[in-house]
Amino acid sequence: MNDSGKDETLVTPQIDTLRYQANWIRLSAMTMTHRARLGHTGGDLSASDILAVLYLGGILNIDPTRPQWPIRDRFILSKGHCSAAFYSVLAKRGFFPESQLRTHMEPLSMLNGHPDRNKLPGVEANTGPLGHGLPIAVGAALASRMRGESWRAFVLTGDGELQEGSNWEAAMTAQHYNLDNLTVIVDRNRIQQGDFTENTQRMEPLAERWRAFGFAVVELDGHDHAALLERFDNLPVEPGKPTCIIANTIKGKGVSFAENKPAWHHGVPTREQLDAAQAELGVEVNW
Amino acid sequence: MSNSTLTGAAQAAAQPKLYDCRIAYAQTLEAMAAGDARVCAVINDSLSSANLKNFKALYPQRFVNVGIAEQNMVGVGCGLANGGMVPYVCGAACFLTGRAMEQVKVDLAYSKSNVRLCGMSPGMAYGQLGPTHHSIEDQAWTRILPNMAVIVPCDPIETAAVMRYSLEHQGPMYLRIARMPVPQLLPADYKYQFGKAVVMREGNDVTIATNGVLVCRALEAADRLAARGIQARVLNISTLKPLDTEAILDAARTTRGIVSAEEGLAAGGLGGAIAEVLALHHPAPMRILGLPDVFAPTGNIEFLLNHFRLNADGMEAAALELVQ
Repeated sequence: MNDSGKDETLVTPQIDTLRYQANWIRLSAMTMTHRARLGHTGGDLSASDILAVLYLGGILNIDPTRPQWPIRDRFILSKGHCSAAFYSVLAKRGFFPESQLRTHMEPLSMLNGHPDRNKLPGVEANTGPLGHGLPIAVGAALASRMRGESWRAFVLTGDGELQEGSNWEAAMTAQHYNLDNLTVIVDRNRIQQGDFTENTQRMEPLAERWRAFGFAVVELDGHDHAALLERFDNLPVEPGKPTCIIANTIKGKGVSFAENKPAWHHGVPTREQLDAAQAELGVEVNW
Repeated sequence: MSNSTLTGAAQAAAQPKLYDCRIAYAQTLEAMAAGDARVCAVINDSLSSANLKNFKALYPQRFVNVGIAEQNMVGVGCGLANGGMVPYVCGAACFLTGRAMEQVKVDLAYSKSNVRLCGMSPGMAYGQLGPTHHSIEDQAWTRILPNMAVIVPCDPIETAAVMRYSLEHQGPMYLRIARMPVPQLLPADYKYQFGKAVVMREGNDVTIATNGVLVCRALEAADRLAARGIQARVLNISTLKPLDTEAILDAARTTRGIVSAEEGLAAGGLGGAIAEVLALHHPAPMRILGLPDVFAPTGNIEFLLNHFRLNADGMEAAALELVQ
């Protein structure tokens, strides 16, 4: 069985590669957090498969040699605190050398704790405060339409992040303008900084909420590369409607001691924990 | 001096026809949209207060109404700019800045987004509606943000000129668009120069530095001072940021002090910006006119300007203190 619980015979070479790359993102992010003694391990790990499929699975129409290519797809990491995983996938996709990951959070580094589009190629928006990404993605989707172009806007949000009202303001705009070139991906790992989301502010019924706001909603396993690929390859879910993909994930996914534990929201791995993570993930990071 | 000199401005103000600057702003925006497909507008339900009914009719595909949702409005502007458009994000100044301040900071200033915020009816233009609708903090809030340009035009001519300039500007801008009617003070061929104070009237005894709807009142004060034999220089600091430090320092060196006057809180805004320059480079006597540490009482805009002595009387009296 593979990690999505599906029969091994269904695993294609591409899926196998994506699984390896996602685990590489995980270990890379944990290594960065270990070195900086600061980071957001849990959310990095829950989002790694989504990032791998978008950037390395051929979904986003982007060109690392032309980061400002006008008709590129826009991906906005609204959960900007998960920058270590994001930087790792950008480096793996070729936006900058992997060796630059060593500078994460160092003085004067281009790799700030939260992404800065003016410093690092591949970053579309400066995020960090929550609830900023979706309004920006809505604006980008509107721009594509105004210009008569066909590029798309993707935004990855956290789930606790949806407690920010600005998301729902933007959701209304997405519905009103029938933005079917917009895809919201919710990293539904069910844990926010202080506690489980449902203990903090109930998010459920989350899918129904998005549907009520006019989105075509799909729920899937956010660690199932085949399911993510299939879904992203077939957008929009419903013509005329913005898409919301609720990716059910596990915070800390792939590293057993970090899985599903609120303390790992911004837990920092020790050297020993990093070694244990590497053994579990079965990858090597050589930057 | 590096500033353009405009003679006869006070005479032009003597028997004034009054103009709502929102008309010049909207007409200029429509003309810009005709010539540049990147120009678009975003509003928060403020179709009439932002005076964009005509824009909507002319360019429905480039007009976005997000409803009453200022945080979203500013974020949408950021995304439009990322997508290659030049958005004019227009709403009542009090809500546009106050409600969306973090988006203004992060999505625009920190991100260096090419978004133009048009703060409509700033200061105490909403008069009797009260302090909830007054925007007396916006000059302070916006000018302290790195990368943010802050412009406060004084009349319809300057409003149109600033709008035309804004199309070529790189980076975010906050424009304060007056609702309170003002006379035309500048000639039709006026050329706005980014970052340059405009010398509305020459004088070497004392300086009055102001912007927006108070410029016409400063010219009136200068007329009265002239009748007393005191020649007041009137600086229109339409570009609050970046501040024309050269003009400020020249005024400090060549006149006996600077009266600043602003339609907003005395703390943190135009007077504060001038005081920062003087304190560091050339300490000089100052009077800072604006609202003291209070919210305004009930009253229409004329009443409130007089109440806080943000009028010719107040500026004249402050200038006299500096020269006597």
